[in-house]
Amino acid sequence: MDIKVRVWRQSGPSSAGQMVTYDVKDISPDASFLEMIDVLNETLILNGDDPIAFDHDCREGICGACSMVINGVAHGPEKATTTCQLHMRHFKDGDVIDVEPWRAAAFPVIKDLVVDRTSFDKIIQAGGYISAPTGTAPDAHATPVPKKDADAAFEAATCIGCGACVAACPNGSSMLFTAAKITHLGLMPQGQPERDTRVIDMLQAQDDAGFGGCTNMGECAEVCPKGIPLSLIGRLNSDYRKAISKH
Amino acid sequence: MNDFWIEGEPVVDKAAPDGPVETRWERRKFAAKLVNPANRRKLTVIVVGTGLAGGSAAATLAEAGYRVKSYCYQDSPRRAHSIAAQGGINAAKNYRNDGDSVYRLFYDTVKGGDFRARESNVYRLAQVSVNIIDQCVAQGVPFAREYGGLLDNRSFGGTQVSRTFYARGQTGQQLLLGAYQAMERQIGLGNIEMNARHEMLELIIVDGKARGIVVRDMVTGEITTEFADAVVLASGGYGNVFFLSTNAKGCNVTASWRAHRKGALFANPCYTQIHPTCIPESGSHQSKLTLMSESLRNDGRVWVPKRAADCQKPAAEIAEEDRDYYLERIYPSFGNLVPRDIASRAAKNVCDEGRGVGPGGLGVYLDFADAIKRLGRKAVEAKYGNLFEMYERITGEDPYATPMRIYPAVHYTMGGLWVDYDLQSTIPGLFVIGEANFSDHGANRLGASALMQGLADGYFVLPNTINNYLAAGPFPSLSEQDAPVVEARKQVEDRIKKLLEINGDRTVDSFHRELGQIMWEYCGMERSEEGLTKAVGLIRALKEEFWTRVKVPGKGEELNQNLEKAGRVADFLELGELMCIDALHRRESCGGHFRAESQTPDGEALRHDDEFSYAAAWEYFGADGKPTLHKEELNFEYVHPSTRSYK
Repeated sequence: MDIKVRVWRQSGPSSAGQMVTYDVKDISPDASFLEMIDVLNETLILNGDDPIAFDHDCREGICGACSMVINGVAHGPEKATTTCQLHMRHFKDGDVIDVEPWRAAAFPVIKDLVVDRTSFDKIIQAGGYISAPTGTAPDAHATPVPKKDADAAFEAATCIGCGACVAACPNGSSMLFTAAKITHLGLMPQGQPERDTRVIDMLQAQDDAGFGGCTNMGECAEVCPKGIPLSLIGRLNSDYRKAISKH
Repeated sequence: MNDFWIEGEPVVDKAAPDGPVETRWERRKFAAKLVNPANRRKLTVIVVGTGLAGGSAAATLAEAGYRVKSYCYQDSPRRAHSIAAQGGINAAKNYRNDGDSVYRLFYDTVKGGDFRARESNVYRLAQVSVNIIDQCVAQGVPFAREYGGLLDNRSFGGTQVSRTFYARGQTGQQLLLGAYQAMERQIGLGNIEMNARHEMLELIIVDGKARGIVVRDMVTGEITTEFADAVVLASGGYGNVFFLSTNAKGCNVTASWRAHRKGALFANPCYTQIHPTCIPESGSHQSKLTLMSESLRNDGRVWVPKRAADCQKPAAEIAEEDRDYYLERIYPSFGNLVPRDIASRAAKNVCDEGRGVGPGGLGVYLDFADAIKRLGRKAVEAKYGNLFEMYERITGEDPYATPMRIYPAVHYTMGGLWVDYDLQSTIPGLFVIGEANFSDHGANRLGASALMQGLADGYFVLPNTINNYLAAGPFPSLSEQDAPVVEARKQVEDRIKKLLEINGDRTVDSFHRELGQIMWEYCGMERSEEGLTKAVGLIRALKEEFWTRVKVPGKGEELNQNLEKAGRVADFLELGELMCIDALHRRESCGGHFRAESQTPDGEALRHDDEFSYAAAWEYFGADGKPTLHKEELNFEYVHPSTRSYK
């Protein structure tokens, strides 16, 4: 199939960017979206042009590196699918496809489609862990965990930290990301001692990093490639209220 | 003597204690020197890589009080490729009371490695496996549990006990996030200096000791020299030498290869694990391959048409009597459940006969029709629903209606930098952990053992053994002006300059693909003297062409993904040659290494213990010279070599 892509090109963090149109000819419907960009880049290089920079790594939907807004939707048109797992068969011959980076105050553009997401790491640093230095652990069976709690914690822990939730949010809020970690650790008995400080510190860190506030728009859950539900934000808010009432 | 390599002196592991295997680790820990807590603050350790091994090591060293500097090429340490591991992690907990023990895990691993691993290391691995599970549970890793709240286990990879702990199909992700969170805690406390989007491009050796690295900031292109009292490489495997593999796109051998060029021996490079159940290539655009869990072979039946003429027909039009269920035919007792290496080679053989299916004839069917008939669609969906979904997403085909197509793909590399029992390479102060070293899996790795080894090395082994080395520190402080530092930096700058100046007419990826095709054809599932000799010639010619015709656009002082790739492919070209030479010299079949000349009359792998019961540790001998082979003799005091049979 033959398509056109309009891609955001920006040479550096402080330069102005613009959409540039490219023809991509004879692309297989079985190619992934990123493979389509690979093919385009090979042509650009041989023509002496600058290839498009984009983040990607595992290409199997788990590392969270890939991050493209496709036709205005973070990770593109398929539900619960990362950019790397989106295939060209979901587009039609002759389509014109817009490709842009994540856009959020806390994710500044580095080059083209590559953004800086270290603000996510800062949120985790503030409390997204259980303090358990190596060697201090009791036997794994010392504390049974009810299966339903372990399963629910796992569901929340499947977040891949891609940042689509932030990119989709009109406020650029990271609440779904933070809520997923709060839920994961808060459901485990091992996570109880730090539960209050965790939620207070992580919320402070996301404010400090420049993420916006949550107004329950729900766009985040719509685009989440792992299907993290909006209800976790309610759980985070509940944890936060309990924590500040004690402190 | 021959045209390809020189034989040198044997290499000996001087760190391993002898005596009873059960107490070797205890005795080594007791004999090792300690560093008192006040002195640890004066000692810096560089850790390259943030996967299970590097992440757990960085966190643990920082907790112990060392100053840690961590580097990864990804934008966050959480994205290291350990994250993609699906199946699970082995541990000899014997929670099932099914007769498992440290000794049994040790035995299975030595045997599974086809008697090409070191007994001391494997025994220690089995011992610390139990501590790993405790550690991960304490961190809040949400392992699968039973209704009573205790941890669930499953059997994996043909073992007779249930010792695999798992978190659905995302065990690697959950374990890595545990290590990552422990690391982030230490970053927040100021004990780890994290440098994401940084790539190690050279090792700095001063007075014979590893004292630092040269790194490139992948955002600005700035080259800096970083100093430490010891350097730990946790930079993963080298499966991407094949271009197409289940590795992440960025996985590379550069950190290990730079160390190898500076004197670290590289052991058993030819031992590659090729996984039988991956989604086949769909065309020339293919950029990587995706693994489908091996568990599918529990209910799926593997077949190809009996006649090559039928291969173009849709599967449904091929009558039952015209199908060849070749695994069931050749291996009646194990059938579709034969080990990875055997299933992979059998698929290659039928495709070589022209009976493969799908694009290019490189695929075999994995058919669930019988399972659906027997168990009902619902039951199949409950067991494999997420895998079927993944398959459909990638191929656009519905595996409930038409059989899946699968083909083997490169998945893991057992070889790596040679290390002693302390995980120290032949360069003092350079430690190598996880997939990057060679020590524990021999010629073949068992399922659910990669995660175990990465975390064993990072949480429990290295943080103990490195003390013995650091006890002699802090070492003299270094300056940018010291001759070895200036030289290492210049090597990096010159190489980048050279890559940018060639300005030829071929892209980096085109070279990488071509190298991958050579490796797959001649150093893949079946190797022969003739093919490997040819491959060495082809790779040498390709390397020369690379350095005259590669086109790397852009500058060094900016984010330049093609420059990153070019440096990695340049190193893969050298590694590929060494892999072929290693495969050529090992005139036996063992584990993942199958030599056409060394098979039983019915086509099974034939080991030659009399001649090849050693690890082959190679010394670099210049880009165009011959590498030198140093043999480390392997002794089996506990698990005596026997022949595997699955008929």
